[in-house]
Amino acid sequence: MTDWEAVIGLETHVELQTNSKMFCGCPVDFGDEPNTAVCPVCLAMPGALPVPNEQAIEGILSIGEALDCTLTERSLFYRKNYFYPDLPKNYQISQYTFPLCVDGRLDVVVDGEPTTVGITRVHMEEDTGKSTHLGESGRIHGAENTLLDFNRAGVPLVEVVSEPDIRSPEQARAYGVELQRIVRALGVSDARLEEGSMRFDANISVRPVGTHELGTRTEVKNVNSLRSLQRTIAHEIERQIEILEAGGSIHQETRHWDEAKGVTRSGRTKEESEDYRYFQDPDLLPLYIDAQWRERVAARRPELPAAKRKRYAGLGADRRTAELLVDAGDLAVLFEDAVAEGADARNVGIWLTGEVVRYLRSEDVDVADTGLTASSLVDLATMIDEGDLSATAAKDVLASVLAGEGGPREVAEARDLLQISDVSAIETEVSAVLHEHPEALEKIRSGDSKPIGFLVGQVMRSTGGKADPRMVQDLIRRKAGG
Amino acid sequence: MTDLADLTIAQATAGLHAGEFTAIDLLDAVERRAAVTEAELHAYLTLDREGARSAAHAADEAIKSGDPRPLLGIPIAVKDNMVTRGVETTAGSQILAGWKPPYSGTAVLRLEESGAVMVGKTNLDEFAMGSSTENSAYGPTRNPWNTDTVPGGSSGGSAAVVAVGSALGAFGSDTGGSIRQPASLTGTVGAKPTYGLVSRYGLIAFASSLDQIGPIARTVPDAATLLEAVVGWDPLDATSYHGDVPAISRSLNAGVAGIRVGVVAELIGEGIDPEVLAATKAAVDRLADAGAEIVELSLPAIEYALSAYYLIAPAECSANLARFDGVRYGLRVDGSTTEEMMARTRAEGFGPEVTRRILLGTYALSAGYYDAFYGQAQRVRTLLRRDFAEAYEQVDVLVSPTSPTTAFEIGSKTTDPLTMYLADICTIATNLAGDPGISVPISLDKEGLPIGFQVMAPALGEEVMFRVAAEVERLAEFTARPKLATSKVVAP
Repeated sequence: MTDWEAVIGLETHVELQTNSKMFCGCPVDFGDEPNTAVCPVCLAMPGALPVPNEQAIEGILSIGEALDCTLTERSLFYRKNYFYPDLPKNYQISQYTFPLCVDGRLDVVVDGEPTTVGITRVHMEEDTGKSTHLGESGRIHGAENTLLDFNRAGVPLVEVVSEPDIRSPEQARAYGVELQRIVRALGVSDARLEEGSMRFDANISVRPVGTHELGTRTEVKNVNSLRSLQRTIAHEIERQIEILEAGGSIHQETRHWDEAKGVTRSGRTKEESEDYRYFQDPDLLPLYIDAQWRERVAARRPELPAAKRKRYAGLGADRRTAELLVDAGDLAVLFEDAVAEGADARNVGIWLTGEVVRYLRSEDVDVADTGLTASSLVDLATMIDEGDLSATAAKDVLASVLAGEGGPREVAEARDLLQISDVSAIETEVSAVLHEHPEALEKIRSGDSKPIGFLVGQVMRSTGGKADPRMVQDLIRRKAGG
Repeated sequence: MTDLADLTIAQATAGLHAGEFTAIDLLDAVERRAAVTEAELHAYLTLDREGARSAAHAADEAIKSGDPRPLLGIPIAVKDNMVTRGVETTAGSQILAGWKPPYSGTAVLRLEESGAVMVGKTNLDEFAMGSSTENSAYGPTRNPWNTDTVPGGSSGGSAAVVAVGSALGAFGSDTGGSIRQPASLTGTVGAKPTYGLVSRYGLIAFASSLDQIGPIARTVPDAATLLEAVVGWDPLDATSYHGDVPAISRSLNAGVAGIRVGVVAELIGEGIDPEVLAATKAAVDRLADAGAEIVELSLPAIEYALSAYYLIAPAECSANLARFDGVRYGLRVDGSTTEEMMARTRAEGFGPEVTRRILLGTYALSAGYYDAFYGQAQRVRTLLRRDFAEAYEQVDVLVSPTSPTTAFEIGSKTTDPLTMYLADICTIATNLAGDPGISVPISLDKEGLPIGFQVMAPALGEEVMFRVAAEVERLAEFTARPKLATSKVVAP
């Protein structure tokens, strides 16, 4: 029985949220009425010419820079020729040799293990319009009519091409997640898969473990969720292994992911002979990225998710909490502000990713809509440190703060949740409980510490939960040891 | 009394500002001329009578208030591959029949801003592909010197209207000689500027790396005036030149004393008609007599220019013309599927020469052939640029005949595309190099057909090019007018 190894490379398309399209002044806006965000350039009227959008170029460079790519000094635009009704020029302006960014890397953690995926290139493209095929098939073949909306035509598109370094569906997903985080952190795209502003093509092949030659690959195009990405790759690996083990062979082809059935289907096998007749676009001059421009891009690099996670961990948040915080941008801001003011990072992290997230989900609100502020988190942490509040009571207080009932101290006082930290008051309660349970006291004195918990519980009950349990425990031990 | 249609632009401007006649008078004169000549020439595809009249009225108002713009009120024509808002623009193709553009190109807008009066749109070889204007889907244009002959092409319509007086000036586009060759065949002056000097925004692309808009006029100074109205950087054309514009008309009267003139050896021998050759040599001798220093030199790579051109231009056009698919504008021929609709539209919409070049270009770019064809052609282009650069280290301008022959008979070359392609043998190299060139009429052959003389200059060398061209014009004393024009040009 052969052991198989999967070899996976991902091509990721990301739509940039620039003010205008890649080669004209039309707005990048998807909410508009069809064919309103268009002009002679993006409709490919006769005589219209493309002019590159500097903001889009900067966006691409920032992605390349964040992926540790080399930014190409002299970059070229090419025409990729193919006929399709939603491609106005019937060629797409893209890049071929000399893309904007080459030779990068992306580190991703899979099951706690750090791995590295090489980035072949990051290059510029323009998006097509949208076709809506009317008719039973829902595809261009067999359509009775096709409706075209060119609002999306010419929207700047970045293609990030990975090396075939990915070995598992889980790693592919982790790569997708991390790339999405980076793009969002850079602020160049919202990278929403469900809206198509980020999408994947996966190249998948398998080979016997220990061999180095690549197997014949298939390409699954336009995968539009991270879950589907993982599923489609898992399915495709299984399908290929099954064929090979049965003595068959894999055809190089494009396949489509059927989300409902959880399988991939063969697309048109014409792809193999598809010839895009790439040639340098004579309407566009070579783009020169000089050292100054490169430095400007590097200087603008924000703290990336990986670095931020590391920093949060350094502050005391555990790995999972750090990850959750970094992914939820607004909570991370609260976390940072509260910790900067001296709040305990561990507690604040746990509250934010636990109670707060639960509250936000159940109420379906943003954190900004609640009464929670960084200073209320600081107050809450201080009250615990100073023994004014128990950890259990703190959660109740937090819920009330979120609901807008006031600051933590205010809420704790109003709901009578402040801990009794007056030793003599607690001592009185402890004595009373010990008096009521002499048998428990005896057991403790004879070396059995089990009843301590029971006694603490009794004191907590008699104080309405307001006693500091640690202090109660200390007092019981002291009295028993007497 | 001279018919106003026979005035040069300089004369017309002087008359307008002296109050001798109005812009409306000028427009009436060229429209009257068109009414007489169009039946025979078919040089215009569209006359924009209303637009022209309102522009002429506006010009008259402006002239009254002392507005000094040099083209104010001057009736000009524009090749029909230049996009004009609201005025049908076909590029001579069935595939764009009836298309009224929603925008105007930059050169057209600059002409509007200059106060020029656009009379109409002129005929051309379909998508500017041809050297005789016989490839127009709307029928050929005839040469006003002899209506059995072609006016050259592809800007044959623009050349013919200027020659005959149905406009005082015109604009064409030049991809391999499409302004200079028809100027040569119609006894007019035609200039192709440095690549990037005039915005291509709104010029329906044939071959983007070669196309340039340029003027056709009756005199060198008029051509300079026309060109000056449209040059300069345009943010809408990424290939437009973003530096100082050459002083095109500054040295028109400076003469040629001390100017070094290079005669291109490869263009004054085999393949050039003996009468054209003799006229060219006579013009060179006159330049020598006027004080120019004459050097004969060689541009070896020019031998391969035509072959390189017929790979590069078709390759670019195969992509440029892909947008004509019946989806968004122009002709649509229905089919049972989208693919079939697109294929039928293109099959019916494009004429044979355009189809031939699209196929040629598609082939040249195909996997497995790219390097041998398109790649090799680009290497030739690099060599040619180097040849020109070396030549311009020794001389200020290069000269040659513009066309190897004078106007040829309609139909005489249409069956053999290769013979037709040779019509551009003298002009193509400057397009590949990105340099400027101008054609100036110097004499008539025995048949009474005009012979043109070409002056070429290094990139952005328009000042010296126009300077030498103006002297060639003065020395040639070419005053002949085509039979169809009703009167003779008034000497400047």
